[in-house]
Amino acid sequence: MISIVFSVLLILVVLGYFFGRQRALSSSGGTIGSLHSRPPYHGMYVASWVGIPSILLVLVWLTLQGPIIDMILVKSLSATKLQGLSQSQIDIIISQIKSLAAGNVFGEPDAEAREAAENYLRWQSIAQWAMFAAAVAIALAGMALTSGRISQLFRARHGVENVLNLVMIACSMIAILTTLGIILSLLIEAMRFFDRVSITEFFFGLNWEPQIPIREGQVTAGGAFGAIPVFTGTLLIAALALLVAVPTGLLSAIYLTEYANPRFRSIIKPILEILAGIPTVVYGFFAVLTVAPAMRDFGAYLGMDIAPNSAIAAGAVMGIMIIPFISSFSDDAINAVPNSMREGSYGLGATKGETITKVLLPAALPGIMGGILLATSRAIGETMIVVMAAGLIANLTANPFEAVTTVTVQIVTLLIGDTAFDNPKTLAAFALGLVLFVVTLCLNVLALRIVQKYREKYE
Amino acid sequence: MEPQVGMDQEIEKSTVPATGVSEKPGETAALNPKMKAKKVSVYYGEKQALFDVDLNIYEKSVTALIGPSGCGKSTFIRALNRMNDVIEGCRVTGKILLDDMDVYDPKVDPVQLRAHVGMVFQKPNPFPKSIFDNIAYGPKIHGMGSNKTDLEEIVETSLKRAGLFDEVKDRLKEPGTGLSGGQQQRLCIARAIAVSPDVILMDEPCSALDPIATARIEELIDELKQNYTIVIVTHSMQQAARVSQKTAFFHLGYLVEEGDTDMIFTSPNDERTESYITGRIG
Repeated sequence: MISIVFSVLLILVVLGYFFGRQRALSSSGGTIGSLHSRPPYHGMYVASWVGIPSILLVLVWLTLQGPIIDMILVKSLSATKLQGLSQSQIDIIISQIKSLAAGNVFGEPDAEAREAAENYLRWQSIAQWAMFAAAVAIALAGMALTSGRISQLFRARHGVENVLNLVMIACSMIAILTTLGIILSLLIEAMRFFDRVSITEFFFGLNWEPQIPIREGQVTAGGAFGAIPVFTGTLLIAALALLVAVPTGLLSAIYLTEYANPRFRSIIKPILEILAGIPTVVYGFFAVLTVAPAMRDFGAYLGMDIAPNSAIAAGAVMGIMIIPFISSFSDDAINAVPNSMREGSYGLGATKGETITKVLLPAALPGIMGGILLATSRAIGETMIVVMAAGLIANLTANPFEAVTTVTVQIVTLLIGDTAFDNPKTLAAFALGLVLFVVTLCLNVLALRIVQKYREKYE
Repeated sequence: MEPQVGMDQEIEKSTVPATGVSEKPGETAALNPKMKAKKVSVYYGEKQALFDVDLNIYEKSVTALIGPSGCGKSTFIRALNRMNDVIEGCRVTGKILLDDMDVYDPKVDPVQLRAHVGMVFQKPNPFPKSIFDNIAYGPKIHGMGSNKTDLEEIVETSLKRAGLFDEVKDRLKEPGTGLSGGQQQRLCIARAIAVSPDVILMDEPCSALDPIATARIEELIDELKQNYTIVIVTHSMQQAARVSQKTAFFHLGYLVEEGDTDMIFTSPNDERTESYITGRIG
């Protein structure tokens, strides 16, 4: 039914376009130049008035139809059947009737339920036909109204431009509203978590053991939600990643901008950027299958005990993953330093090295810092590599050879498998998610501010 | 007509500094050559930009290089301190002598050469550092002024010589990029002076400046020639006439004519020079 409605509306839109264009052509009296707007604009003007209000009506209708029919259904049920029932029990009766209407008969439904199911089906078909009629009527009304306006002087182009403007605004709002929705849902769930676990325990507790019994008689730990070990684990891995990525990325950027010949640069730069396109899951099993065993063997050779899922393996591989961020940001920043700075420095008898360290890097520092901050937020939010290569147990340690866990790993493990959305174990994931979101948001805003400020400088 | 106006100013100007120094335009022939270019040709890849230039640059005087755009005057000035080395595919043949040292000798380090032959560029290019650090940059990298007081002294003398000290003495810690265009260019000149070079090359130092700032720089060039050998590339013939003792006219990569500034502007030997200074070509 819905697809029929939409196809009919689509046909009307196309018809409206041609109709509008035709009207414009005939009103021009043969000389198109006498029209204010070219004929296709008239066509689009009619088409948008045919399509947009009717489609909006269908969407609104579809969202309201279900709840309204449900309401009527509840009203139609006899008072005796609903007497003394709670809201959730009424909901169960309603869904039983609905499944009966859909043809799934469970047990022996009573006569009243059968009747209600039939009523339900009838109301639904009435509602859909009404929707169809209303949509087509609005579409036709739109066509009649707008085609009457078409004349030589009618400013159809302005109308179409306004419509496009609104469409673009709506599209940009979608992204913003979705973000707001995400923040809101995180906030609400996190609030529910903090109802059960105190904020001070979460932010300052040193013990993270979120496995609490969800069935009676299940043997688990008592449940402790001190997130400090999770945060320190995240910071440890991110710090290790930066330790790998910052020198490598920066030095490769310096080499590419200042020393490499253009041919070499044109080959190496894309290859470096390919690193950014490798799926993180591939890095993940590279970390867990190649790097971690290699580190373990190497550690054994030196007489050190390195855990199989050590922080250093995850951190090192994550570092490799964020090299392209740092190198391409630094590359851009160093390139953006005007050539006159280099010449000025050379002209004073500075060597290339002195020019780079004393003039270019200080001038490019804001851009480089921006890149590092973005890479940091990427490292903190990175999930796949750490899920595969870092540990699950929240160790409070600064030793990179031990297993630690991160915020993202904990969120994943908390939400996998049997979950009940009303116990602190599951809700803890939202609290962690909120912290992660706030931290990465702050880092990104800071990074963008720095980069922006720096861009203004040389223009 | 314009060059005539320039000439009048030239004569007025050249009498003023002559009180302090013993050089009048007529006497410049007595000066010693500081740099000598012998059969210098410069190629950018396959393209030859400069053809067999022979030119002497005299000590403690101002040599102006004039000519229409693309005539090779900037290429030549950049050959003098090997700034062209930075440009990919650039090749120089012939000899350039600084005192008696061939600057293109493989044994010469261009970095050390540039400490002796400093450069000021077309657009003021102070580093994004404080005024103090801008000046101290050169002395620091060359290991001059090992302690703080020495360095402060170098900065102060350089700024004084560049005629900028009084304007900036209270804000040496502020960024050099915050100065006005003319101040920035004088800062760049001070920066060049700070490494105590023998020769200062100026590649159109006033082309990005307004007339008042230009006049200030021209005055400064006049004062600086007591201590330094100066080569200036300029588009403005009036400027060449005002500040220089020697002028060389380049055209299409050839050195057409060189000699005392008076002579070039009053009785040039070459037809092309005359056409240029009277405004018919260029």
